[in-house]
Amino acid sequence: MSDSTFVPSFVNRRSFIELNGRARAQSLLDEGTGKELVGPFDRVESPWLPMQDAVPQADDGCIVLKGRIAGNPVVLISLEGAFQGGSIGEVSGAKMTAALDLATRDSSAGTPTAAVLLLETGGVRLQEANLGLAAVAEVIASILSLRQHAPVITVVAGTVGCFGGMSLAAGVSSYVVMTREARLGLNGPEVIEQESGIEEFDASDRALIWAVHGGEQRVGMGLADALVEDSIDEISSAVRKYVLAGKPAQHRSEQVPLYRERIAALDTSKQIDPLTLREQWSLRDSQGGAR
Amino acid sequence: MSEHVGLRGRAWFQALAGKDQPRTGDPGSVLTAEAQVCSETAIFLCVVPNPDSRFPCVRDGQVGLEEAYALATRIREAIDDDRDKPKAEKRPIIAIIDVKSQAYGRREETAGIFLAAAASADAYASARMAGHPVISLVVGRAFSGGFLTHGYQANRILAFDDSGVTIHAMHKEAAARITRRSVSDLERLGYQIAPMSYDVRDYAKLGTLHKLLHVNNPIEPTESEIVEVKQAIADAVADARTGAEDLGNRLNSPAAKETRKAGRTVRTLMEKQWVTA
Repeated sequence: MSDSTFVPSFVNRRSFIELNGRARAQSLLDEGTGKELVGPFDRVESPWLPMQDAVPQADDGCIVLKGRIAGNPVVLISLEGAFQGGSIGEVSGAKMTAALDLATRDSSAGTPTAAVLLLETGGVRLQEANLGLAAVAEVIASILSLRQHAPVITVVAGTVGCFGGMSLAAGVSSYVVMTREARLGLNGPEVIEQESGIEEFDASDRALIWAVHGGEQRVGMGLADALVEDSIDEISSAVRKYVLAGKPAQHRSEQVPLYRERIAALDTSKQIDPLTLREQWSLRDSQGGAR
Repeated sequence: MSEHVGLRGRAWFQALAGKDQPRTGDPGSVLTAEAQVCSETAIFLCVVPNPDSRFPCVRDGQVGLEEAYALATRIREAIDDDRDKPKAEKRPIIAIIDVKSQAYGRREETAGIFLAAAASADAYASARMAGHPVISLVVGRAFSGGFLTHGYQANRILAFDDSGVTIHAMHKEAAARITRRSVSDLERLGYQIAPMSYDVRDYAKLGTLHKLLHVNNPIEPTESEIVEVKQAIADAVADARTGAEDLGNRLNSPAAKETRKAGRTVRTLMEKQWVTA
């Protein structure tokens, strides 16, 4: 038995979270197939940030690569969490909708083109407020249009997570892949604490945050599909699996009666224990529920 | 704004749909009904405050879990009922909007409000893509996740030209806190930068709005105003039927050509580069 047998796997693991938005996108495509569209050298920047003395970025924090995964045409859209918290402005939003709509056009013309969304975002960029909100509505519309023809796969790796209006983009996706470090929810802890008080949500309670929004919980409840390690290989193979699987027979956001019934069954007289709810919902799944 | 959120929504639902009670099985906060708009039957939907809700964080007119799934249920019923009808006979779906926000609660987050909101947006968009004209009428506030859940997927958006009408990503106090400004700085920026503004006339400059409507007092609709608003809805329905089933009109409207220049540049470049990539 060689010494290498005793090297724990995480030592050789190539981290995905440590990559920036562009490198993340490139790491998932078949080698040599990625071409960036409306890249930083096209210099389409936010016109609204400089008016407020904020520094724009040449790619507006949104990277679009057209390429292939397992030989299949895909478009990969990656949000850079390090720029403005991955928030959606006019330009980054327009990149997403344009890329999704072109994938829809190719898909309905006979070349199914899946979309992979790497979402690290707090949602609407408040410096572009209403154009950001409008852009999020259009991104949701474009995902819903594409997913009739080809799968839309969302990856939330961390550490920003996926919040605000963009959590709806994850909600309407065909598949959602998460790590344990990732979080997914409509309102982040700080916003809830600010709006509804610390008794409602203590934003400094990290155990509570991950118990509610964390990847293990979301996948365990059936609100996301795959829990993966922070590893390029694991994320890559999950994405590949869903590209090859094609679109699901029914999307999660279409399963209205199931979820309405689940909400009706909640005891709202006190806060809901995340672990108990996970057990209840996952039990239903194993009996032929959501997935 | 001294007036309570939701009064306008209820008043206009009553005025246009002729009733103000929820359907059996729906929460007290979701009003849906069929009613005539000019020569055809339309489906009206509205979210109103329900002080007795079993979810504490929706009692002031926020859109929560029950609201989102109730809307999705009613819209999907309409899609199913009209599935085999020709496009011209699919019933219009009219969302009346006066919502404070989404629900900011731990119960909601734990039970996955992001999926509930997505399911409602999905239902509205699916109705639009199936050929139902989907029209939103903003009579009061349309904020953030509340608007994304209820109304922002419409083919055409109408709003009252009134100081009590606000369409925005976040209310002033919170937006100021998060962007580290004072509320007065935020208001000053709003005068200079259209997407930052809380004024519906500035919102109209973005190109996403179909039309502004004039009423004297939005909380007390008069008979003649009801007739005018119904006509405006019918016109928007007719316009939606002649147009595409996507949201492309929001980027190609005359106002969008002025304000959304950067977004339009992105689209042109992306289309050009896509075919050679």
